[in-house]
Amino acid sequence: MKRNQMLIPMPLRYLINAVLFAAFLWIMNSLITGGAISRYHSGIISSIGISIILAVSLNMATGYLGQLPLGHAGFMALGAYTSALIMKSAAAAKGLESALGASYAAYFFPAALVAGGLAAALFALLIGMPALRLRGDYLAILTLGFGEIIRVVLLNIDNVLGFKLTNGAAGLQKIPTTTTFLFTFIFVGITCFVIHTMMKSRHGRAILSIRENEIAAESCGISTTYYKTLGFVVSAFFAGIAGGLYAGNVGILNPSSFGFMKSIEILVMVVLGGMGSMLGSVLSASVLTALPELLRSFAENRMVVYSLVLVIVMIFKPTGLMGTYDFSLNGLLDKLILKLKGGNARFQKGGPDE
Amino acid sequence: MKKFLSIALALVLMAGVFAACGDKPESGGTTDPTPPASSSAAGDTIKIAIIGCHTGEYAQYGLGVKNGATLYIDQLNASGGINGKQVEIVAYDNKADNQEAINAFNRAVDQDGITALIGDVLTGNTIAVGGEAYKINMPMITASATAEAVTYDAETDTVYANIFRTCFIDPFQGEKMANYASEKLGAKTAAIIYETGNDYSVGVKDAFIATCSALGIEIVSEEGYATGDVDFKSQLTTIASKNPDVVFCPNYYEDDGLIVTQAREVGVDAVFMGADGMSGVSGYASAADAEGTLYCSGYAPGSTDAVKAFEAAYTEKYSAETLNMFAATAYDAAMVLCNALQVAEEAGLTAGTDEYKQAVIDAIRDKSGELECITSNGYTFDAHNNPVKDACIMKVVEGTETFVENY
Repeated sequence: MKRNQMLIPMPLRYLINAVLFAAFLWIMNSLITGGAISRYHSGIISSIGISIILAVSLNMATGYLGQLPLGHAGFMALGAYTSALIMKSAAAAKGLESALGASYAAYFFPAALVAGGLAAALFALLIGMPALRLRGDYLAILTLGFGEIIRVVLLNIDNVLGFKLTNGAAGLQKIPTTTTFLFTFIFVGITCFVIHTMMKSRHGRAILSIRENEIAAESCGISTTYYKTLGFVVSAFFAGIAGGLYAGNVGILNPSSFGFMKSIEILVMVVLGGMGSMLGSVLSASVLTALPELLRSFAENRMVVYSLVLVIVMIFKPTGLMGTYDFSLNGLLDKLILKLKGGNARFQKGGPDE
Repeated sequence: MKKFLSIALALVLMAGVFAACGDKPESGGTTDPTPPASSSAAGDTIKIAIIGCHTGEYAQYGLGVKNGATLYIDQLNASGGINGKQVEIVAYDNKADNQEAINAFNRAVDQDGITALIGDVLTGNTIAVGGEAYKINMPMITASATAEAVTYDAETDTVYANIFRTCFIDPFQGEKMANYASEKLGAKTAAIIYETGNDYSVGVKDAFIATCSALGIEIVSEEGYATGDVDFKSQLTTIASKNPDVVFCPNYYEDDGLIVTQAREVGVDAVFMGADGMSGVSGYASAADAEGTLYCSGYAPGSTDAVKAFEAAYTEKYSAETLNMFAATAYDAAMVLCNALQVAEEAGLTAGTDEYKQAVIDAIRDKSGELECITSNGYTFDAHNNPVKDACIMKVVEGTETFVENY
């Protein structure tokens, strides 16, 4: 179709987005380090970034793959504890600070985050392989159970091991608070980029075909188990990274923070934004994280307002705010160029190729 | 129509994002009605924050703290404030969530320009907020967080000099109750039922066990249950078969009420003992089942004249449901804090400066011994900033929680 014709060549399209994102990072970061944005606001912005990673990664499994994982908080917890333990031991190793300087955390933190992501991905692989061979709601039940198991294991593992690892109910304390705006949003960018490009690739098309009709996809020769597991593992990987960022943001981890309600909270973000829309996930994650803070002045009533917003959206727009629509800056530019080329662009429908 | 509505909703939500993102801090200020234009602490008022869980499962504690502290400060303001300056309160709810607690604290510091904090309420939240407060040496006094780690980090042997409390620490309660069981009840055997997912329960339980072994009380059974459980019969049947002299249940009041009721059903006739979280248990178990249940408390209703005056003033303004021990310790916390603020004011320091904060911290530590507080005659703090004070032993008699003695 001519309508989807790309007027801007491919590498340039990525470049435009990359430059704009880098500019956004630079402007926001200099505002924060310069003190124009207070610690309070930058803390909320970091929380928003973490929520975006969580929602976008869950959207991968829910919106694109068409599965219903209910244990996203469990993967987040795995990532959070893994990277927190790494950062704690890095902080405890006094030699590191003298060798690498005070900013030694900057070297370790990305590695710790990736390790957290890998830990989550490993467990997703382990539970995904058997569960995703099946069709239907098995994954929902399995991940629901898994999320609870993770929480209970984190609570009680110290008694079994006989030494302090997760510190049980008291929580893992004194985690170096290394999460900054820049770290968070670089990982937001990476998450969106990886998931976006993956969905535009052959693998992504295979994943979408499974959502549309699993039997048809299988009859076309797509290995549904492989692609379902792939999508699920990628989703868990980024949840683990978000967990690591959360740990570095709060500085204390309680297993109770990663309960079933946390999983549901993330799912609500995805459903509200529109399952299958990255833009929707980003927007609703931002709004739902910021909304309770905005409504802080209403004190006790804020949870009512929050719930009302959810109910109203679900009544008037059951597919979520964005449905499956995804925003493309370059698509917009394409349209603009077509318009600028003058009225004859309209008549070029089905016209000759350039 | 639907399309229009959904677009309108989307726009409203997007407006929310941009206001919250802080892309433009100046517009962030105008969309939000509460924070005053100036965030400086100087002027005619002294600002302090009260942060805690005012909604949700543990709201009874959070509201008690908020009301208790507000009550004292209102009384202080009515009698002229601190050197003519009124004390202004900003109260924030944290929904018992660590991230929310930190957000609320940062907001209080950055947007409202507070000089001190009363809170947080739950132990985990207090540790989260304490980490932030320690970085900027903000004076902080909690009325309810009882875990040792709030003021002292055992790993690095660091005392958080800026954090104080007016309640006991967990080990202190476990010790007191073990001593009481041995000395006053003559107990030889004890069973324990505790919430494994709750650091408060685990902390008290560990201290109880340690003191019991020192005193020669045998722990015949140690049963755990998960947060949210409502059926405790399998654990209680095990306990019943061991026939202990006392059953120690260091949990929150709702669970304790269910435990006592179910224990009587499966034939446990031992005396139930608990820590201060048990305060309020009589509302969750029948008078017959709960009869004789003992717990320690930092506060005994109607025990002294000062307490009676406090209770009368409290019930006049707020609902009696939230009148609990933490309302009383919060009243004391406000008294201790305002006394310290007065010392800093009299020294002529400027609110918000480092010297001011340090002066407040020093005054809380050194100048609180003479105060006529309602749960203790003055507060002195040990090397780990924990208060040294007596405990009231409380007993459920015919469905009401009555004061037995100071032990």
